[in-house]
Amino acid sequence: MERDDIIEYSLDNHHNEEQGKKIRKKIYLVTALLSVVTIVEVAMVIIWGKAHIDVDGVGWLTIKSIFIILTMLKAAYIVMTFMHLGDERKSLRNIILIPYFIFIAYLIFILLVESSFIFDVKEAMGWI
Amino acid sequence: MAGEATQQIDNSVLWGGGRSPFSVSYGKMMMWFFLISDALTFGGFLTALGFQRHHLEDVWPVTESIFYHFPGTHAHLPLIYVAFMTFILIISSVTMVLAVEAGHRMDQKSVVKWMALTVIGGAIFLGSQAWEWNTFINGSEFGAYEMADGTMARLDVDHTTHAESLVNLHSGDVITDQSIIEHVKENNTLVKGANLERNEYGPQLYANFFFFVTGFHGTHVLSGVIINLLILIRSAQGWYEKRGHYEMVEKVGLYWHFIDLVWVFVFTFFYLI
Repeated sequence: MERDDIIEYSLDNHHNEEQGKKIRKKIYLVTALLSVVTIVEVAMVIIWGKAHIDVDGVGWLTIKSIFIILTMLKAAYIVMTFMHLGDERKSLRNIILIPYFIFIAYLIFILLVESSFIFDVKEAMGWI
Repeated sequence: MAGEATQQIDNSVLWGGGRSPFSVSYGKMMMWFFLISDALTFGGFLTALGFQRHHLEDVWPVTESIFYHFPGTHAHLPLIYVAFMTFILIISSVTMVLAVEAGHRMDQKSVVKWMALTVIGGAIFLGSQAWEWNTFINGSEFGAYEMADGTMARLDVDHTTHAESLVNLHSGDVITDQSIIEHVKENNTLVKGANLERNEYGPQLYANFFFFVTGFHGTHVLSGVIINLLILIRSAQGWYEKRGHYEMVEKVGLYWHFIDLVWVFVFTFFYLI
Protein backbone atom coordinates (compact mmCIF):
# COMPACT_ATOMS: atom_id res chain seq x y z
CA MET A 1 0.00 0.00 0.00
CA GLU A 2 1.26 3.45 -0.84
CA ARG A 3 1.81 5.65 2.20
CA ASP A 4 0.35 9.13 1.84
CA ASP A 5 1.74 10.47 5.12
CA ILE A 6 5.34 10.46 3.91
CA ILE A 7 6.27 13.81 2.39
CA GLU A 8 8.57 13.22 -0.51
CA TYR A 9 10.82 16.24 -0.13
CA SER A 10 11.43 15.32 3.50
CA LEU A 11 12.71 11.97 2.32
CA ASP A 12 14.87 13.77 -0.24
CA ASN A 13 16.74 15.23 2.69
CA HIS A 14 17.88 11.82 3.86
CA HIS A 15 21.54 11.05 3.57
CA ASN A 16 23.78 8.08 4.27
CA GLU A 17 26.52 7.63 6.86
CA GLU A 18 29.27 8.87 4.56
CA GLN A 19 27.52 12.13 3.71
CA GLY A 20 26.65 12.45 7.38
CA LYS A 21 30.34 12.38 8.30
CA LYS A 22 31.01 15.31 5.96
CA ILE A 23 28.08 17.29 7.38
CA ARG A 24 29.19 16.63 10.96
CA LYS A 25 32.70 17.78 10.14
CA LYS A 26 31.27 21.06 8.89
CA ILE A 27 29.13 21.39 12.04
CA TYR A 28 32.19 20.93 14.28
CA LEU A 29 34.16 23.48 12.25
CA VAL A 30 31.38 26.06 12.63
CA THR A 31 31.17 25.28 16.36
CA ALA A 32 34.89 25.98 16.74
CA LEU A 33 34.52 29.23 14.81
CA LEU A 34 31.56 30.45 16.87
CA SER A 35 33.35 29.63 20.14
CA VAL A 36 36.57 31.36 19.07
CA VAL A 37 34.68 34.48 17.95
CA THR A 38 32.83 34.63 21.30
CA ILE A 39 36.09 34.30 23.24
CA VAL A 40 37.69 37.03 21.11
CA GLU A 41 34.72 39.33 21.77
CA VAL A 42 34.90 38.87 25.53
CA ALA A 43 38.68 39.35 25.52
CA MET A 44 38.23 42.54 23.50
CA VAL A 45 35.63 43.94 25.88
CA ILE A 46 37.86 43.23 28.88
CA ILE A 47 40.91 44.87 27.30
CA TRP A 48 39.33 47.65 25.22
CA GLY A 49 35.86 47.96 26.77
CA LYS A 50 34.06 51.23 27.34
CA ALA A 51 35.52 51.49 30.83
CA HIS A 52 39.09 51.57 29.50
CA ILE A 53 38.80 53.59 26.34
CA ASP A 54 37.86 57.12 25.33
CA VAL A 55 34.26 56.66 24.21
CA ASP A 56 34.32 59.74 21.96
CA GLY A 57 37.52 58.70 20.18
CA VAL A 58 38.17 56.72 17.02
CA GLY A 59 39.29 53.70 19.06
CA TRP A 60 35.87 52.96 20.50
CA LEU A 61 34.25 53.42 17.09
CA THR A 62 36.64 50.83 15.67
CA ILE A 63 35.98 48.39 18.52
CA LYS A 64 32.24 48.87 18.12
CA SER A 65 32.44 48.23 14.38
CA ILE A 66 34.49 45.08 14.96
CA PHE A 67 31.86 43.83 17.42
CA ILE A 68 29.09 44.39 14.89
CA ILE A 69 31.05 42.70 12.08
CA LEU A 70 31.82 39.68 14.30
CA THR A 71 28.15 39.47 15.30
CA MET A 72 27.07 39.49 11.67
CA LEU A 73 29.64 36.77 10.97
CA LYS A 74 28.28 34.60 13.79
CA ALA A 75 24.68 35.25 12.68
CA ALA A 76 25.52 34.33 9.09
CA TYR A 77 27.06 31.01 10.14
CA ILE A 78 24.11 30.17 12.41
CA VAL A 79 21.54 30.96 9.71
CA MET A 80 23.38 29.44 6.77
CA THR A 81 24.79 26.28 8.41
CA PHE A 82 22.76 25.50 11.53
CA MET A 83 19.43 26.57 10.06
CA HIS A 84 20.76 25.29 6.70
CA LEU A 85 19.25 28.18 4.81
CA GLY A 86 22.37 28.01 2.64
CA ASP A 87 21.20 24.62 1.37
CA GLU A 88 17.66 25.75 0.56
CA ARG A 89 16.49 27.13 -2.77
CA LYS A 90 17.87 30.55 -3.58
CA SER A 91 14.35 31.95 -3.96
CA LEU A 92 13.43 30.88 -0.41
CA ARG A 93 16.63 32.43 0.95
CA ASN A 94 15.80 35.68 -0.78
CA ILE A 95 12.19 35.98 0.36
CA ILE A 96 13.34 35.42 3.94
CA LEU A 97 16.39 37.67 4.06
CA ILE A 98 15.83 40.58 1.67
CA PRO A 99 12.55 42.04 3.05
CA TYR A 100 13.88 41.67 6.59
CA PHE A 101 17.13 43.49 5.87
CA ILE A 102 15.41 46.31 4.02
CA PHE A 103 12.99 46.88 6.88
CA ILE A 104 15.58 46.69 9.66
CA ALA A 105 18.02 48.94 7.79
CA TYR A 106 15.24 51.51 7.43
CA LEU A 107 14.30 51.20 11.11
CA ILE A 108 17.90 51.63 12.29
CA PHE A 109 18.41 54.62 10.02
CA ILE A 110 15.25 56.43 11.11
CA LEU A 111 15.72 55.79 14.83
CA LEU A 112 19.38 56.91 14.86
CA VAL A 113 18.46 60.11 13.02
CA GLU A 114 15.66 60.85 15.49
CA SER A 115 17.83 59.96 18.47
CA SER A 116 20.63 62.29 17.32
CA PHE A 117 18.05 65.06 16.99
CA ILE A 118 16.83 64.50 20.58
CA PHE A 119 20.44 64.58 21.78
CA ASP A 120 21.08 67.85 19.92
CA VAL A 121 17.97 69.44 21.41
CA LYS A 122 18.96 68.41 24.92
CA GLU A 123 22.43 69.86 24.33
CA ALA A 124 21.02 73.10 22.88
CA MET A 125 18.68 73.49 25.85
CA GLY A 126 21.60 72.99 28.20
CA TRP A 127 20.07 69.94 29.88
CA ILE A 128 23.28 67.95 29.62
CA MET B 1 -21.87 28.55 -10.00
CA ALA B 2 -18.78 27.21 -11.64
CA GLY B 3 -16.18 29.24 -9.79
CA GLU B 4 -12.78 27.99 -8.75
CA ALA B 5 -13.89 27.21 -5.24
CA THR B 6 -16.57 24.76 -6.31
CA GLN B 7 -14.30 22.86 -8.66
CA GLN B 8 -12.58 19.71 -7.61
CA ILE B 9 -8.85 20.43 -7.84
CA ASP B 10 -6.43 17.62 -8.50
CA ASN B 11 -4.58 16.78 -5.31
CA SER B 12 -1.18 16.68 -7.00
CA VAL B 13 -1.15 20.42 -7.70
CA LEU B 14 -1.98 21.34 -4.11
CA TRP B 15 0.64 21.72 -1.45
CA GLY B 16 -0.38 18.36 -0.08
CA GLY B 17 0.83 16.80 -3.30
CA GLY B 18 4.34 15.98 -4.37
CA ARG B 19 5.31 19.50 -5.32
CA SER B 20 5.59 22.54 -3.15
CA PRO B 21 6.74 26.14 -3.44
CA PHE B 22 10.49 26.52 -2.87
CA SER B 23 10.80 22.74 -2.41
CA VAL B 24 10.10 22.95 1.30
CA SER B 25 7.24 21.38 3.18
CA TYR B 26 4.32 23.44 4.41
CA GLY B 27 5.38 23.14 8.06
CA LYS B 28 8.94 24.27 7.45
CA MET B 29 7.78 27.20 5.36
CA MET B 30 5.39 28.34 8.08
CA MET B 31 8.12 27.98 10.69
CA TRP B 32 10.28 30.31 8.60
CA PHE B 33 7.41 32.81 8.30
CA PHE B 34 6.90 32.71 12.06
CA LEU B 35 10.62 33.23 12.63
CA ILE B 36 10.65 36.29 10.35
CA SER B 37 7.83 37.90 12.35
CA ASP B 38 9.56 36.99 15.61
CA ALA B 39 12.83 38.39 14.29
CA LEU B 40 11.02 41.65 13.54
CA THR B 41 9.84 41.81 17.17
CA PHE B 42 13.37 41.35 18.48
CA GLY B 43 14.69 43.71 15.83
CA GLY B 44 12.18 46.28 17.12
CA PHE B 45 13.35 45.75 20.69
CA LEU B 46 17.02 46.11 19.86
CA THR B 47 16.60 49.15 17.61
CA ALA B 48 14.47 50.77 20.35
CA LEU B 49 17.33 50.08 22.74
CA GLY B 50 19.71 51.73 20.26
CA PHE B 51 17.38 54.72 19.96
CA GLN B 52 17.16 55.33 23.72
CA ARG B 53 20.79 54.76 24.57
CA HIS B 54 22.00 56.90 21.69
CA HIS B 55 20.49 60.04 23.21
CA LEU B 56 21.20 58.92 26.80
CA GLU B 57 24.85 58.24 25.95
CA ASP B 58 26.04 60.74 28.61
CA VAL B 59 24.54 58.71 31.49
CA TRP B 60 24.29 55.16 30.09
CA PRO B 61 26.21 52.72 32.31
CA VAL B 62 29.11 50.49 31.26
CA THR B 63 28.01 46.83 31.36
CA GLU B 64 31.43 45.55 32.49
CA SER B 65 31.02 47.39 35.78
CA ILE B 66 27.57 45.83 36.37
CA PHE B 67 27.80 42.21 35.21
CA TYR B 68 30.98 41.04 36.90
CA HIS B 69 29.53 38.46 39.33
CA PHE B 70 30.16 34.75 39.08
CA PRO B 71 28.48 32.14 41.28
CA GLY B 72 30.63 30.95 44.16
CA THR B 73 33.24 33.69 44.01
CA HIS B 74 33.60 37.36 44.93
CA ALA B 75 36.18 37.95 42.22
CA HIS B 76 35.63 40.75 39.71
CA LEU B 77 35.04 38.89 36.42
CA PRO B 78 33.46 41.29 33.91
CA LEU B 79 31.01 39.61 31.51
CA ILE B 80 32.52 36.16 32.06
CA TYR B 81 29.22 34.71 33.26
CA VAL B 82 27.33 36.15 30.29
CA ALA B 83 29.98 34.68 28.00
CA PHE B 84 29.44 31.33 29.71
CA MET B 85 25.69 31.60 29.04
CA THR B 86 26.39 32.44 25.39
CA PHE B 87 28.66 29.44 25.14
CA ILE B 88 26.01 27.12 26.67
CA LEU B 89 23.46 28.33 24.13
CA ILE B 90 25.86 27.85 21.20
CA ILE B 91 26.67 24.31 22.37
CA SER B 92 22.99 23.42 22.73
CA SER B 93 22.48 24.78 19.22
CA VAL B 94 25.22 22.43 18.03
CA THR B 95 23.65 19.40 19.72
CA MET B 96 20.37 20.38 18.08
CA VAL B 97 21.89 20.49 14.59
CA LEU B 98 23.51 17.11 15.30
CA ALA B 99 20.04 15.74 16.22
CA VAL B 100 18.70 17.04 12.89
CA GLU B 101 21.62 15.40 11.07
CA ALA B 102 20.99 12.09 12.88
CA GLY B 103 17.31 12.38 11.89
CA HIS B 104 18.31 12.55 8.24
CA ARG B 105 20.09 9.22 8.70
CA MET B 106 17.03 7.75 10.50
CA ASP B 107 19.28 7.13 13.51
CA GLN B 108 16.75 7.16 16.35
CA LYS B 109 19.26 6.52 19.13
CA SER B 110 21.43 9.49 18.18
CA VAL B 111 18.41 11.77 17.75
CA VAL B 112 17.28 10.96 21.29
CA LYS B 113 20.80 11.45 22.67
CA TRP B 114 21.37 14.84 21.01
CA MET B 115 17.86 16.08 21.75
CA ALA B 116 18.32 15.20 25.43
CA LEU B 117 21.59 17.17 25.53
CA THR B 118 19.84 20.12 23.85
CA VAL B 119 17.13 20.12 26.52
CA ILE B 120 19.79 20.01 29.26
CA GLY B 121 21.67 22.92 27.66
CA GLY B 122 18.49 24.98 27.48
CA ALA B 123 17.70 24.22 31.13
CA ILE B 124 21.21 25.32 32.20
CA PHE B 125 20.76 28.56 30.28
CA LEU B 126 17.39 29.22 31.97
CA GLY B 127 18.92 28.57 35.39
CA SER B 128 21.80 30.94 34.60
CA GLN B 129 19.41 33.63 33.53
CA ALA B 130 17.38 33.24 36.72
CA TRP B 131 20.59 33.66 38.70
CA GLU B 132 21.56 36.73 36.70
CA TRP B 133 18.13 38.32 37.17
CA ASN B 134 18.37 37.65 40.89
CA THR B 135 21.80 39.31 41.05
CA PHE B 136 20.61 42.27 38.99
CA ILE B 137 17.42 42.82 41.02
CA ASN B 138 19.16 42.56 44.40
CA GLY B 139 21.88 44.93 43.26
CA SER B 140 25.32 45.58 44.71
CA GLU B 141 26.21 45.01 48.34
CA PHE B 142 26.08 48.65 49.44
CA GLY B 143 24.02 50.27 46.69
CA ALA B 144 24.89 53.24 44.51
CA TYR B 145 24.57 57.02 44.87
CA GLU B 146 22.86 59.25 42.36
CA MET B 147 25.37 61.86 41.16
CA ALA B 148 24.56 65.42 40.12
CA ASP B 149 25.16 64.71 36.40
CA GLY B 150 22.63 61.85 36.39
CA THR B 151 25.16 59.03 36.50
CA MET B 152 25.37 56.50 39.31
CA ALA B 153 28.36 55.76 41.56
CA ARG B 154 28.53 52.41 43.32
CA LEU B 155 29.89 52.21 46.85
CA ASP B 156 32.48 49.44 47.21
CA VAL B 157 34.03 48.37 50.50
CA ASP B 158 37.16 46.25 50.42
CA HIS B 159 36.57 43.04 52.41
CA THR B 160 40.01 42.98 54.03
CA THR B 161 41.06 46.62 54.42
CA HIS B 162 37.51 48.07 54.79
CA ALA B 163 38.60 50.93 52.53
CA GLU B 164 35.65 52.60 50.81
CA SER B 165 35.58 53.68 47.18
CA LEU B 166 33.04 55.03 44.71
CA VAL B 167 32.97 53.53 41.20
CA ASN B 168 31.20 55.64 38.58
CA LEU B 169 29.10 53.23 36.51
CA HIS B 170 29.13 55.50 33.45
CA SER B 171 32.80 56.44 33.16
CA GLY B 172 34.40 53.72 35.28
CA ASP B 173 36.23 56.38 37.35
CA VAL B 174 37.10 55.35 40.90
CA ILE B 175 37.04 57.85 43.78
CA THR B 176 39.04 56.89 46.86
CA ASP B 177 39.25 60.33 48.52
CA GLN B 178 37.52 59.82 51.89
CA SER B 179 36.26 63.41 52.22
CA ILE B 180 34.52 63.29 48.82
CA ILE B 181 32.95 59.93 49.68
CA GLU B 182 31.65 61.34 52.99
CA HIS B 183 30.24 64.36 51.15
CA VAL B 184 28.47 62.13 48.58
CA LYS B 185 27.08 59.90 51.34
CA GLU B 186 25.59 62.88 53.14
CA ASN B 187 24.11 64.74 50.19
CA ASN B 188 23.17 62.15 47.54
CA THR B 189 20.36 59.62 47.42
CA LEU B 190 21.25 55.98 47.88
CA VAL B 191 19.59 53.50 45.49
CA LYS B 192 19.87 49.77 45.96
CA GLY B 193 18.79 47.13 43.47
CA ALA B 194 16.80 47.47 40.28
CA ASN B 195 13.20 46.96 39.24
CA LEU B 196 10.72 48.82 37.05
CA GLU B 197 10.60 51.76 39.50
CA ARG B 198 14.21 52.30 40.56
CA ASN B 199 17.57 51.35 39.17
CA GLU B 200 20.92 51.65 40.87
CA TYR B 201 22.87 51.20 37.63
CA GLY B 202 21.85 54.27 35.65
CA PRO B 203 18.79 55.58 33.83
CA GLN B 204 15.54 53.72 34.56
CA LEU B 205 15.32 52.73 30.88
CA TYR B 206 18.48 50.66 31.29
CA ALA B 207 16.77 48.34 33.80
CA ASN B 208 13.57 48.29 31.75
CA PHE B 209 15.43 47.20 28.63
CA PHE B 210 17.33 44.58 30.61
CA PHE B 211 14.08 43.06 31.89
CA PHE B 212 12.21 43.24 28.61
CA VAL B 213 14.91 42.12 26.18
CA THR B 214 16.41 39.30 28.25
CA GLY B 215 12.97 38.43 29.64
CA PHE B 216 11.42 38.14 26.20
CA HIS B 217 14.35 36.05 25.06
CA GLY B 218 14.15 33.91 28.22
CA THR B 219 10.46 33.23 27.55
CA HIS B 220 11.45 31.97 24.12
CA VAL B 221 14.07 29.70 25.69
CA LEU B 222 11.48 28.36 28.14
CA SER B 223 8.99 27.52 25.39
CA GLY B 224 11.85 26.12 23.27
CA VAL B 225 12.89 23.77 26.09
CA ILE B 226 9.29 22.58 26.52
CA ILE B 227 8.84 21.99 22.77
CA ASN B 228 12.21 20.22 22.55
CA LEU B 229 11.22 18.01 25.46
CA LEU B 230 7.97 17.00 23.72
CA ILE B 231 9.82 16.19 20.50
CA LEU B 232 12.41 14.25 22.51
CA ILE B 233 9.67 12.12 24.10
CA ARG B 234 8.06 11.46 20.72
CA SER B 235 11.41 10.55 19.14
CA ALA B 236 12.07 8.14 22.01
CA GLN B 237 8.62 6.61 21.50
CA GLY B 238 9.44 6.04 17.84
CA TRP B 239 6.79 8.31 16.31
CA TYR B 240 9.09 9.69 13.66
CA GLU B 241 10.68 6.32 12.94
CA LYS B 242 7.18 5.10 12.06
CA ARG B 243 6.43 8.24 10.05
CA GLY B 244 9.50 7.67 7.91
CA HIS B 245 11.20 11.03 8.48
CA TYR B 246 12.36 13.33 11.29
CA GLU B 247 11.16 16.60 9.81
CA MET B 248 9.57 17.58 13.11
CA VAL B 249 13.02 17.61 14.71
CA GLU B 250 14.21 19.85 11.90
CA LYS B 251 11.33 22.29 12.46
CA VAL B 252 11.86 22.66 16.19
CA GLY B 253 15.56 22.85 15.37
CA LEU B 254 14.88 25.98 13.32
CA TYR B 255 13.17 27.56 16.32
CA TRP B 256 15.98 26.59 18.67
CA HIS B 257 18.69 28.00 16.36
CA PHE B 258 16.68 31.17 16.10
CA ILE B 259 16.83 31.56 19.90
CA ASP B 260 20.61 31.19 19.71
CA LEU B 261 20.69 33.72 16.88
CA VAL B 262 18.74 36.28 18.91
CA TRP B 263 21.05 35.82 21.90
CA VAL B 264 24.07 36.53 19.70
CA PHE B 265 22.55 39.95 18.96
CA VAL B 266 21.43 40.59 22.55
CA PHE B 267 24.96 39.72 23.73
CA THR B 268 26.50 42.26 21.37
CA PHE B 269 24.02 45.12 21.60
CA PHE B 270 23.12 44.89 25.26
CA TYR B 271 26.32 43.62 26.90
CA LEU B 272 29.31 44.30 24.65
CA ILE B 273 28.62 47.72 23.16
